[in-house]
Amino acid sequence: MLRTMNVNLLLLSFVLSLAVAGPGQAAQETPDVQTIVNKANIVAYYQGDDGKARVKMTITNKQGQKRQREFVILRKDVKDGGDQNYFVYFQRPPDVRRMTYLVHKHADVNKDDDRWLYMPALDVVNRIAAGDKRTSFVGSDFLYEDVSGRSLDEDTHELIETTDAVFIVKNVPKKPETVEFSYYNVAIDRKTFVPMKMEFFDKEGKLYRVIESTKVETIQDFPTVTQSVVRDLKTGSKTEMEFSDVKYNIKLKDVFQERYLRRPPREAMR
Amino acid sequence: MIVSRGVMTVVLVFGAAWAAGAGAQEQEPKEDPVTAFFEKLDTEYHGFYEMRGGYRLQNDPYEKDMSIMEARYQFDLFSFRDWGDVKVKGDFYGDLVEEQGVFDLREANIFTRPTDTMDLKFGRQVLTWGTGDLLFINDLFPKDWQSFFIGRDVEYLKAPSDAVKVSLFSDEINLDVTYTPEFDSDRFISGERLSYWNPLADGGRFAGEDRTLSVERRREFFEEDEVALRLYRNISNYELAFYGYWGYWKSPGGFNETMSAAVFPELYVYGTSLRGTVGKGIGNVEIGYYDSVDDRSGDDFLINNSEMRYLLGYTREIGMDFTAGVQYYVEQMLDYGSYENALPAGMPARDEFRHVTTLRLTKLLMNQNLTLSLFTYYSPSDEDVYMRPIANYKASDRLSLELGSNIFFGDDDHTFFNQFQNNTNLYTAVRYSF
Repeated sequence: MLRTMNVNLLLLSFVLSLAVAGPGQAAQETPDVQTIVNKANIVAYYQGDDGKARVKMTITNKQGQKRQREFVILRKDVKDGGDQNYFVYFQRPPDVRRMTYLVHKHADVNKDDDRWLYMPALDVVNRIAAGDKRTSFVGSDFLYEDVSGRSLDEDTHELIETTDAVFIVKNVPKKPETVEFSYYNVAIDRKTFVPMKMEFFDKEGKLYRVIESTKVETIQDFPTVTQSVVRDLKTGSKTEMEFSDVKYNIKLKDVFQERYLRRPPREAMR
Repeated sequence: MIVSRGVMTVVLVFGAAWAAGAGAQEQEPKEDPVTAFFEKLDTEYHGFYEMRGGYRLQNDPYEKDMSIMEARYQFDLFSFRDWGDVKVKGDFYGDLVEEQGVFDLREANIFTRPTDTMDLKFGRQVLTWGTGDLLFINDLFPKDWQSFFIGRDVEYLKAPSDAVKVSLFSDEINLDVTYTPEFDSDRFISGERLSYWNPLADGGRFAGEDRTLSVERRREFFEEDEVALRLYRNISNYELAFYGYWGYWKSPGGFNETMSAAVFPELYVYGTSLRGTVGKGIGNVEIGYYDSVDDRSGDDFLINNSEMRYLLGYTREIGMDFTAGVQYYVEQMLDYGSYENALPAGMPARDEFRHVTTLRLTKLLMNQNLTLSLFTYYSPSDEDVYMRPIANYKASDRLSLELGSNIFFGDDDHTFFNQFQNNTNLYTAVRYSF
């Protein structure tokens, strides 16, 4: 059913793109939806073999009160499009300063991620129980899943529109009871495959949450989102995320272990 | 007088909270001259100011009504160089209960990573390992039970050690060794701040400041020392560890009749632990063999028996931002028969097995700015309970407010938790971090 729909959509979008681009450019083919989401996933979460970024989050609630989070994030891919390791070194606010957080992310939907948190005041390494990934990341409007990526296998994908600039892919969860949305649409840049906008619709089909990439830069030939914002239309709260000092292929050693939780690697501190 | 001072404190705490809360709405405060000064030295300067006040909820004939009343300033200096890190952290506080000013140096250490396979940390430091949650078997580093029971931040449960820690790493296995040249005991319950059950006073009664525990300390540098080690590896994210400890009972584990003082008898500990994913949560198991060297036959009722200690724990998320953790813990006396035979008639005997269960519930609310947590110890063998409810609200990135309580109750006056029944207290705190 979905396949035939996709084929129809493909045909439709092909016709549309022809109409827009004119007959001379028929050579620019529209890839199938699986190729699009695979490429977008790699671009959003797996650029290079590893990477580093300084992240600043500003959470603004409905009343205009602001809270800030600052941390350095290190990433290394175990397998492109598959398992990954993340290391987070918190710098702000003061009460979480120098805490470190380690994630061994598993792409297999049946295997929960392994997570550790180190609290320097107590010198204690805690193991964090696998949580609902649809909960807030450090109190912001971003969810754990927005930060480390939602597995492609969790949804069915359907290309619903192709414009001059973007492919729009509709994603429907295979297990709707495990999430708070009924579906979400992602607008993916046709040239770079960077996800530019995500729109989440609730169980009543009403738009309630929007994530936008507001600034994209090319760093070491990799198109990189350096500013994004998420808006929660229900609570009136928003969170802006800014990336700086982004570096790829920094030849990270295996720092994703207890030794470095207790004392972070240089890459996280400089 | 005490009451008016208490009211003053509450007014002061909430007044300050309100003022700071109002200030915190504004943009990031400008950098102060002290921070700027340390920045020139390539040193990060952070810390907090805190006021904390609390009262006993019942009369205690041996202690003051005020359980805690202090204003605290903590500084935290951290500098990292190419060769390593330097850290100095200390607390100044004015203590109205003991009517004194105190400086508590929490950390003063140097860390280096001389080779790819070695880390070194020496100086005053906080040390922790093991898998228990507020229950410790193989973590024989000093604890400050007094701070824990009167309602200081949980950070203060760990007392610092003056030690050297050497860590060696390889692909197969890692090794931590700590050496403490002078024995660091727990900051145990001595009657100074908390009343307790004294079995020797008038044949057994509550005691406090009238009868503080006199102890024979161990202060022989390099003679009365401690060695602890941990050998560990991670097997598919199951963390396996083996432990060893050669030192002394951390809280008084014996009594010297001729000196009429509590003592720290020799103790060796060997143990193991395993932690990892079990179903949707994290499971952990830990055991330890406590070899009470000075009473290996077990027939000296004034010195602790050798023991086995067992712990089983499980933590998982049970709802959105809602976590539950349960633990089952057992202490087993290994020479119970000899102990019973040696015990003078009329003295209440300890149980051979002490069972303790714990339950931790943590719920985050209001965008994770409000944390409600309840930690409960319940001993089915002692039939006593210790509860720690805490509500912590982050009014801003810098300002937090806390309300908490330490509640002790049970059946018999002499049991581990119920002996503190007259110390049940309620406290509040406001903290400004920078």
